[in-house]
Amino acid sequence: MKPFTYQRPADPADAAELLLAQPDAVVLAGGTNLVDLMKLGVLQPGSLVDVSGFTSDRIEHRADGGVLIGAGVRNADLAGDLGVRQRFPVLAEALLAGASGQLRSMATTGGNLLQRTRCAYFQDVSKPCNKREPGSGCAAITGQHRDLGVIGTSDKCVATHPSDMAVALAALDAVVHLRRADGEQVGVPLSEFYLAPGDTPERETIVDRGDLVTGVELPPAPAGARMRYHKVRDRASFAFAVVSVAAVVVRAADGTLADVRIALGGVAPMPWRARVAEAALRGQRPEPAVLRAAAQAEFAAARPLPDNAFKVDLAIDLITATIADLGGLPR
Amino acid sequence: MTMTTSRATGASVQRADGYAKVTGAATYSTEWPLQNPAYAWPVLSTVARGAVRAVDDSAALAVPGVLAVLRPGAAPELQPADDPEMLILQHSRVDYRGQVVAAVVATSLEVARYASSLVRVDYTVEPHEVLIDPDSDELFTPTTAVGNPPASDKGDVDAALLAAPHVLDATYTTPPQHTSSMEPYACTAVWDGERELTLYNSDQGPAITAGTISALFGLPAGAVRIVADYIGGGFGAKAFVRSVPVLAAMAAKAVDRPVKVMATRQQMFSLAGHRGPTVQRVRLAADPSGRLVAIDHQAISHTSRHADFVEAAAAVSRSLYATPNLRTGHRAVRLDVPTPGPMRAPGIAPGLFALESAMDELAHQLGIDPVELRVRNDTDVDPSTGRPFSSRGLVECLREGAERFGWAGRDPAPRSGRQGDWLVGTGMAVSTFPVHMAPSTATALATVDGGFEVRVTAVDIGTGARTVLAQVAADELGVELDQVTLRVAHSDYGMAPFAGGSAGTASWGWAVVKAVRALRERLDQHGGVVPAEGLEVTVDTTADLAELSAYSRHSYGAQFAEVRVHVHTGELRVPRLYGVFAAGRILNPRTARSQLLGGMIFGLSMALHEDGVLDPVFGDFANHDFAGYHIAANADVADLRAHWIEEHDDELNPVGVKGIGELSNTGTAAAIANAVFHATGHRVRDLPITLERLRPGLRGEPVG
Repeated sequence: MKPFTYQRPADPADAAELLLAQPDAVVLAGGTNLVDLMKLGVLQPGSLVDVSGFTSDRIEHRADGGVLIGAGVRNADLAGDLGVRQRFPVLAEALLAGASGQLRSMATTGGNLLQRTRCAYFQDVSKPCNKREPGSGCAAITGQHRDLGVIGTSDKCVATHPSDMAVALAALDAVVHLRRADGEQVGVPLSEFYLAPGDTPERETIVDRGDLVTGVELPPAPAGARMRYHKVRDRASFAFAVVSVAAVVVRAADGTLADVRIALGGVAPMPWRARVAEAALRGQRPEPAVLRAAAQAEFAAARPLPDNAFKVDLAIDLITATIADLGGLPR
Repeated sequence: MTMTTSRATGASVQRADGYAKVTGAATYSTEWPLQNPAYAWPVLSTVARGAVRAVDDSAALAVPGVLAVLRPGAAPELQPADDPEMLILQHSRVDYRGQVVAAVVATSLEVARYASSLVRVDYTVEPHEVLIDPDSDELFTPTTAVGNPPASDKGDVDAALLAAPHVLDATYTTPPQHTSSMEPYACTAVWDGERELTLYNSDQGPAITAGTISALFGLPAGAVRIVADYIGGGFGAKAFVRSVPVLAAMAAKAVDRPVKVMATRQQMFSLAGHRGPTVQRVRLAADPSGRLVAIDHQAISHTSRHADFVEAAAAVSRSLYATPNLRTGHRAVRLDVPTPGPMRAPGIAPGLFALESAMDELAHQLGIDPVELRVRNDTDVDPSTGRPFSSRGLVECLREGAERFGWAGRDPAPRSGRQGDWLVGTGMAVSTFPVHMAPSTATALATVDGGFEVRVTAVDIGTGARTVLAQVAADELGVELDQVTLRVAHSDYGMAPFAGGSAGTASWGWAVVKAVRALRERLDQHGGVVPAEGLEVTVDTTADLAELSAYSRHSYGAQFAEVRVHVHTGELRVPRLYGVFAAGRILNPRTARSQLLGGMIFGLSMALHEDGVLDPVFGDFANHDFAGYHIAANADVADLRAHWIEEHDDELNPVGVKGIGELSNTGTAAAIANAVFHATGHRVRDLPITLERLRPGLRGEPVG
């Protein structure tokens, strides 16, 4: 590991200043991903700016049913929060489906959003990777890509975003609170937080140097919503999603789908909000053929690779089964 | 053969080293307190085939704390050896990606690691190939298949296959697998002058390593001492010397101070031996009653460019079922990969996946219950040699396992079980492993204060060997367990085999029994009184083993699995896995159960997860960490049970044991694959059983 300095600023302004003054400084929160990447030589920061001294670790439930989650809230604490479990069970389920107990106790909400892909080539500095070393090429497209993306990818990068939490947040219409380097506070919908890889896969989010994620806000869940996170993975715990779905469904009295929100993990460079499928399903009865057609429409734009084409079928099956279950009569 | 009497043996004695391990007091190989240690970090090749043209170490040497950079042409010279995996930095040839091509030695681990990233290596690159082509014209028949003859042929297999009313012909594949011991390779090297070397090494065979390293450094026998007190698992990877202890010794010599080397998990994927992949064609011919009239088992694997280690997958078919016509064979292709090595139940684990899957397919084809099919093909004599078995508990295991699992009344129809969204199925398979034994020495001492000490270069890699050998010694002495001090894992204690082949307890235990009996005789000569200078006896079992009668010796088992497959997603879970085993005498139920359960989890992991993915472009294992190379997690294991039957076998060894280290990870994968077929009607012949291999079997299922 390259030698580095450790800095612990007292407030966000100091942190922004340190980050702007040192081009090779990075933010340290829980460290569960950053430290691994430093050991591997993927990241070689000159300085770690520890933001845990001033970042909120509070969960503030609001009277309207919404919640503001501090960026410093640990994944384990968020998963265990009673209000979250009652109002946003899909979020608690997603958090508990991620990583391990030890990691969840360290990992933070902000860090979870900003974690890097686990693509084997991104993590191996002896091989090319456009995300790690722009212009060097994508080794995954011709190599091991079974776990990588099938939609929203580009010829330059097929990496997936590994978070479970962010998939649930996407389905819950989360807004990311950001302190811009100049001190301005902005709220960015999660759906606009991540950037498509295109020709610049090294640019993953709208976060610029000196910006700090301060929290995540969830609007109230729709009344009567049923929600679920189903993570399909290769082993029963401690594995990234092959495909996951976070679904929020409101069933109208006539049996049609009054509201349906679907986000997918494991398939795209960001938590993938299935807007095409949602639009096709809103106001429809959740019949299997309707559900399947909507899910297939979502993946009309898929561009799978030879070894991960199965993910498209799997995602379609998973959407179909999950919405059928949530949108059908309660069992 | 006189058996030991039983008192401590048979009791569920706690692990002798359990407290030390749990509290952190146990000293592992790089934890010895040393003055002024340095740290070596290997630089691994980034091409799969070619040669090192130049090494630029200037940037690395400029880092404060860097003591030396070793590279071809600037490294201590080694003597010739059979296994090129040991001969690091002696030449510029690169035979696989991840080969040691240089090493940085520094005053701290962090500095060594960082500086290693600054070493620039230029290569002459040649085209490489790492994937098996089963139709390759470069396939060859190896001279041995891990100690077994490469081929066998009895009767007329081709004629039997042509004439038989029922023939099953299927090809099964298993991927490369990695031993994945919790503790990676670790070694501390300490030279005393130029002629004496101590290696604190994570090692399955200290006595053998001592000889190997002595020869490599041109030192006389006895000049190298190996200490291997605590080992965090080996599973075969620490049986033979590979690069790490050699690098530690070279680096320590180069910088004239103690040197520690600790491999990372990522490095282990090329530094350690892996289980070679297999492509196995199995043909079974049977009469209408299910009796086998022919078995043909042909296996293909890979090996490296510079050494042959060929996974002996077909060998297991030579001794399991009665058949008049029996043919087995092995071929391999040399590829630009690290030399494979032994991994828990070499050959037999992948071999039984194929054979026992094929038996299940045959049972289904014939409409015979899978347990009954095995019983009908039981045999009293080894079908390949004609020798009688010393004992054969297979049918008893099958019956007992079926009883415990609740096999009776099973609806054999595929896809006949369902609970909600889950398809439920059951399957079974046979386990077997040969009984291996090797000569060993041991020393027994009596002291004037009434204490006893036994020394044997056994090594406890987590098996419980340290505990059960003390139980054996105490019983043979007729004293309480705490009156015996058992010392293991130092090569000074004399010649002994490695912890491998499930042969440890049989081999070391035999020597312990012999040493203690000899000590008692000496004690009797002294009228039962220990003389002031004490008594000491050293024995060697070489001659005893040479007199072993000509039996075929094997352990057996039967494993039963229940699986659930999600009807929409293909998610696969194993809620129940039961095993019943017959392995001679069980010395310590507590440590035995732990080993048997561990083996079954190993087999479950092989069935569901383990898959070393060779990257055709770069030539390495692309998924070289535990996020990419999955092994079973706790949540994958549900109701797991291991039982054994009482088995008394006088034709084994004075301890009466067959060995249990590998038995229970054979057959597991087939039991699970067979249950998957029963649940889904879809036969997966390629491991691991992943979503994409399983999901095609779910098609046509209505949703909702």
